[in-house]
Amino acid sequence: MLHLTCPNCGITADETDLHCDGQAHIARSGIDANDDELENYLFMRHNPKGVHFERWRHVYGCGKWFNAARCTTTLEVFGTYSAQTTTPPKSLLNKIKKKRPEWEGFIK
Amino acid sequence: MSTRLSKGGRLINRSKPVEFSFDGKRLNGYEGDTLASALLANNQTLVGRSFKYHRPRGIVASGPEEPNALVGLGKGDKFEPNQRATTTELFDGLHSNSQNAWPSLEFDIGGVNRIMSRVFPAGFYYKTFIFPRFAWKHIFEPIIRKAAGLGAAPTEKDADKYEYFYAHVDVLIIGGGTSGLAAALEVGRSGAKVLVLEQKNTWGGRAPVDGVFIDNQISEEWIDDAITELQSMPNVTLKNRTMGAGVYDHGWATGYESITDHMPGKKGPRQRLWRIRAKRILTTTGAIERPLSFAGNDLPGVMLAGSVRDYLVDFGTSCGDIMVLATNNDDAYRTAIKQSEVGLKVAAILDARTSVTGELPNKAREMGIRVETGMAISKVKGSKSVSGVSICLQAGEGVPLEEIKCDVVAMSGGWSPIVHLWSHCGGKLNWDAENAMFRPDPERPPLGDDGSGFVAVGGTANGYMIANEAMQDAISQGKLVAKQVGYKPVNSKSSIVNVENESPIEQIWQMPQGMSVKLQAKTFLDYQNDVKVSDVRLAAREGYESVEHTKRYTTLGMATDQGKLSNINGLAILADSLKAEIPNVGTTTFRPPYHPISMGSIAGDARGELFKPIRKSPIHNWIEENGGFFEPVADWRRPYCYQKNNETVKDSVQREILNTRSNVGLLDASTLGKIIVKGSDAGKFLDMIYTNLMSNLKVGHCRYGLMCTENGFLSDDGVVARLDENTFLCHTTSGGSDRIHAWMEEWLQTEWWDWKVYTANVTEQYAQIAVVGPNARKLLEKLGGMDVSKEALPFMRFSEGTIGGIRARPFRISFSGELSYEIAVPASDGQAFWDMCIEAGKEFGIQPYGTECLHVMRAEKGFIMIGDETDGTVIPQDLNMEWALSKKKEDFLGKRAHLRSHMSDPSRWKLVGLKTVDPNVVIPDGAYATDGTIRENGVKNMIGRVTSTYFSPTLNRSIAMGLVKFGPNRMGEIIDFPTLEGKIIKAEICNQVFLDPEGERQNV
Repeated sequence: MLHLTCPNCGITADETDLHCDGQAHIARSGIDANDDELENYLFMRHNPKGVHFERWRHVYGCGKWFNAARCTTTLEVFGTYSAQTTTPPKSLLNKIKKKRPEWEGFIK
Repeated sequence: MSTRLSKGGRLINRSKPVEFSFDGKRLNGYEGDTLASALLANNQTLVGRSFKYHRPRGIVASGPEEPNALVGLGKGDKFEPNQRATTTELFDGLHSNSQNAWPSLEFDIGGVNRIMSRVFPAGFYYKTFIFPRFAWKHIFEPIIRKAAGLGAAPTEKDADKYEYFYAHVDVLIIGGGTSGLAAALEVGRSGAKVLVLEQKNTWGGRAPVDGVFIDNQISEEWIDDAITELQSMPNVTLKNRTMGAGVYDHGWATGYESITDHMPGKKGPRQRLWRIRAKRILTTTGAIERPLSFAGNDLPGVMLAGSVRDYLVDFGTSCGDIMVLATNNDDAYRTAIKQSEVGLKVAAILDARTSVTGELPNKAREMGIRVETGMAISKVKGSKSVSGVSICLQAGEGVPLEEIKCDVVAMSGGWSPIVHLWSHCGGKLNWDAENAMFRPDPERPPLGDDGSGFVAVGGTANGYMIANEAMQDAISQGKLVAKQVGYKPVNSKSSIVNVENESPIEQIWQMPQGMSVKLQAKTFLDYQNDVKVSDVRLAAREGYESVEHTKRYTTLGMATDQGKLSNINGLAILADSLKAEIPNVGTTTFRPPYHPISMGSIAGDARGELFKPIRKSPIHNWIEENGGFFEPVADWRRPYCYQKNNETVKDSVQREILNTRSNVGLLDASTLGKIIVKGSDAGKFLDMIYTNLMSNLKVGHCRYGLMCTENGFLSDDGVVARLDENTFLCHTTSGGSDRIHAWMEEWLQTEWWDWKVYTANVTEQYAQIAVVGPNARKLLEKLGGMDVSKEALPFMRFSEGTIGGIRARPFRISFSGELSYEIAVPASDGQAFWDMCIEAGKEFGIQPYGTECLHVMRAEKGFIMIGDETDGTVIPQDLNMEWALSKKKEDFLGKRAHLRSHMSDPSRWKLVGLKTVDPNVVIPDGAYATDGTIRENGVKNMIGRVTSTYFSPTLNRSIAMGLVKFGPNRMGEIIDFPTLEGKIIKAEICNQVFLDPEGERQNV
């Protein structure tokens, strides 16, 4: 039962109060997208063994979305942050890099 | 024979006799007994039949690791199968039955399986599945199903109550033995909040049984002092009868508390599931003794040495007058010494080790006990109970040297630390060859959210088998976790345990080491699943190298005890067969719960009405009282129809349709989703959410709209009303309100977060009542209060005012094709408004109508229904709804996806109407249309399917809608719908609007 701290309301909530909705920072492909871009947007997802950036929603709480950086193998949570960013905050990326020097870095 | 001794038994109260029954026999025990100790005291050594071979089985252990003594407890709605006699506290009137025996435990016909055991080898099920196929279904399965198995499932609904309990602590300590108590004292004294769980009703674990001294006190006194001190600390909670069941991610754990199991009839829940979040978890769960693998080791009377000692000390119960002890370690000698001390006989101690010089063996020798070194049991004698053993050299192949009479065999293959809770969440183990055990690797703990280990292990569970080493380890682990959760341990004198020195154990995995194949087939590893040494060796010969595969092939460790006794022995045999090292073979995965917990405790309060609470509209109770025939619609209950007198459901639906079409009907539409979208960018936002253009909707007007996913598929529909310049009210389907609200929020929060838009789901704030039919206006005019004329309130408009004195917002929208007003009133006024309509509508022939009438009327008009005409793969174009796809808008959700080639493929199945050639025949729901050709795979080629199909009383004929390949180009053609019965229904492709295509009925 993971627990994550919602950056919107500050509550550390159980996994059962939250809903995970997969990879974060997927840019929407608009009407101009070619077929490959559309396929990438709709279907193609990272599936890393290690550091991953995910979208979560505090469903049975404040109802707000946020993002979390998490290790998919150890379940270590590096941090949670606002969903209203196009890339993870620099400070968080630095923190992860420090803990995991071998990490290749954030890939959009 | 086993019996109650005249003295002793530290846990029983001889002044409180208790009566209970086993297989109908009335037996006596004492308060403080377990069912197992009481059965042994009554010489009931045979307690069950084995799972596969129906071999007679007796009690082996004294705790939750017991594999054999599973009984059915209680009667009727209190019956529960597969309960362990060793963990069941005895109470007056306890009713128990043996399992898996027919016609009786003593004479069991299924024992024929035992004779057949040669045809049930390892992997029997898999081998039988393969060939011949028919044999499995028709011959083997019926026989096996009858013969193999454990207890029967209860037939009545569980009468007991269960509940959840939540706890948040700094430190959770699991296991209330001396290690757990010592650690708890350290954590408690530091000031951290600590919860201590103990599965038994007593504290202190097995220390009193071993007779150790702690700080020069007898251990019981030390335990009492520890409990007193812990109870005085406000930051410490002690819970006995509560098993630490599972450890999960990020410091979450479950505890399984037994509240009234031992006090039936007492008020309150039977069990409680603790849901615990702890910063650190310290497990001090002790160890489990391993059986030795010798032929006949499953006969009733062959028991674990430590358990025999438990029964003597804790319950004053002897397991037999004459004992033979087989061992590979010093600890087991304590059992022989105890047996001797209480005046019973020890015929021999067979120690597989060649050199035995420890303090305990020497003490046994001094007491005159015969100690044989380098010796083993060749075979246990007896049929339903032990009558003796033949002994042999451990180094040999099992040639019997001598027969020794005895009625109990105590065995000890050493102890395995209980590492389950450490391992549940990923803690890794190391093989300690010197001590012959897997122990936790402190370098590889389960990790918490901060990346550091959140589980620690202390004492015997951590691999310290000498009592004082265990104590010192527990104390240091307690101090460590206190520090880890931010508290400072208090300096105090560490407790010291005085105990005999023990010389090293020797790894003995089969007895004798060169045992013949014949003996292997009588040597059991897993008692509960009847897995023998020969089965594991066969698996190895057949190529099973992975312990996980061998486990599944042989079913070793897959019974309800999860291999607590058998796993280490089994994998040692596997390693030996594969000529591999034990750590290279590895262990199987430990999964929660540690010990089976009841389904009731997992469900807690979530049963019956509380399993999934239903949503009720403001009119719900009236509907229930007035013949409403409910059907589930999302979490709501809506009336399918209102049944009058002796009407059938079908009659009711037809009456409601005809009445609504000719007079006036009343529909509770309160369940419709209602979402307010407000803000200066609300129009721009809805232009993205809907396929239609919404931003140009005039205030006071309504517009029907469609929503698609980004994949282009239809997701929801409904009418949007513009309340003012910046405010829209979006109606969704009844099932879609929460989903669509969440959908809107997702886009606003994660994609267009700079847009100035708020949303609010106001579904339950309004009752929405549809007044439908030719007399609808007359009724509203009679109620009075606002102008509802065609001129003041035309079709697809709404207005606000009062009707009959109630604040109302009537929408001129129609899902039936009739003159129709959907009137939103405050939810609290919903019932009053409904009553008023029913009362005032009498003269106009008003009748309430249900969802089926709604469905048929909308189908007569050719209106689509989300979930009928759509199934997640249908796009608006399939439903000929291009008119709802705005061409003016640059973009909307799903627009780009619609441009993909297969979305514009002309051969997509498209919506049409269907008229059966025989007007009285209704096409079955979900029927497929075929063109008479057969596909390569042998199935009929399908060219379409029915999406809605009804008998229309208005048109007095069957009508349907469906998606058909090239459908709109095939008007007038007749196509085939084969039925499940093998008939073919013929239907003509037609326009989907069956009634009033010009809209003359609604535009009045």
